[in-house]
Amino acid sequence: MVDLLVSVAGVFAGLAFLLALVRFLKGPTAADRVVAFDVLTIVSITGIVLLALVGGRAIYLDVALVYALLSFLGVIVVARYLERGLR
Amino acid sequence: MTGLLDLIGALVLVAGTAFLLLGGLGLVRMPDVFNRIQAGTKTTTLGTLLSLLGVALMQPAWSLKLLLIGVFLLFTNPLSSQVLARAAHRSGGDRSPVTRVDRLAEDCGDKP
Repeated sequence: MVDLLVSVAGVFAGLAFLLALVRFLKGPTAADRVVAFDVLTIVSITGIVLLALVGGRAIYLDVALVYALLSFLGVIVVARYLERGLR
Repeated sequence: MTGLLDLIGALVLVAGTAFLLLGGLGLVRMPDVFNRIQAGTKTTTLGTLLSLLGVALMQPAWSLKLLLIGVFLLFTNPLSSQVLARAAHRSGGDRSPVTRVDRLAEDCGDKP
């Protein structure tokens, strides 16, 4: 039962990733793509934590933390660039 | 007893990833970039926090690290969405006819 529920959670996270990827590929403006990128990274963090749970390895949690930090910095930098250009 | 905790944790985990799925659906279906920011950021914040809570219930030894990730997301996620919304507002772009109220332009004179 627990294994089935964890599998369902993995399928839901994968579907969320695919839907955000659709917006990332379609997005008419650059801001749409950055929003989709933000959602993609957050779903990926959940995916990494799920991978740690299934594999039973706590070291992946460190990977998820560093990934959260880097993706936040990436979104902020791209948003500043959209706002002012290269200055 | 540990079986019950595992079951509750798995249910919370499924609820969290269901919120992530709804956020992805909103990202595809919403009409313009401001609505997409709302749909994308709020649902993923709640969904990720619920997922982390579910994993913490299933593996109590990992609670501290999961709490660290959750607090970090709770700080950075609204910040990045706010910066993104301001950047989208200033860089113009098309907005859908249903997006009528623009408090940033009214209060601060910030031109779209």
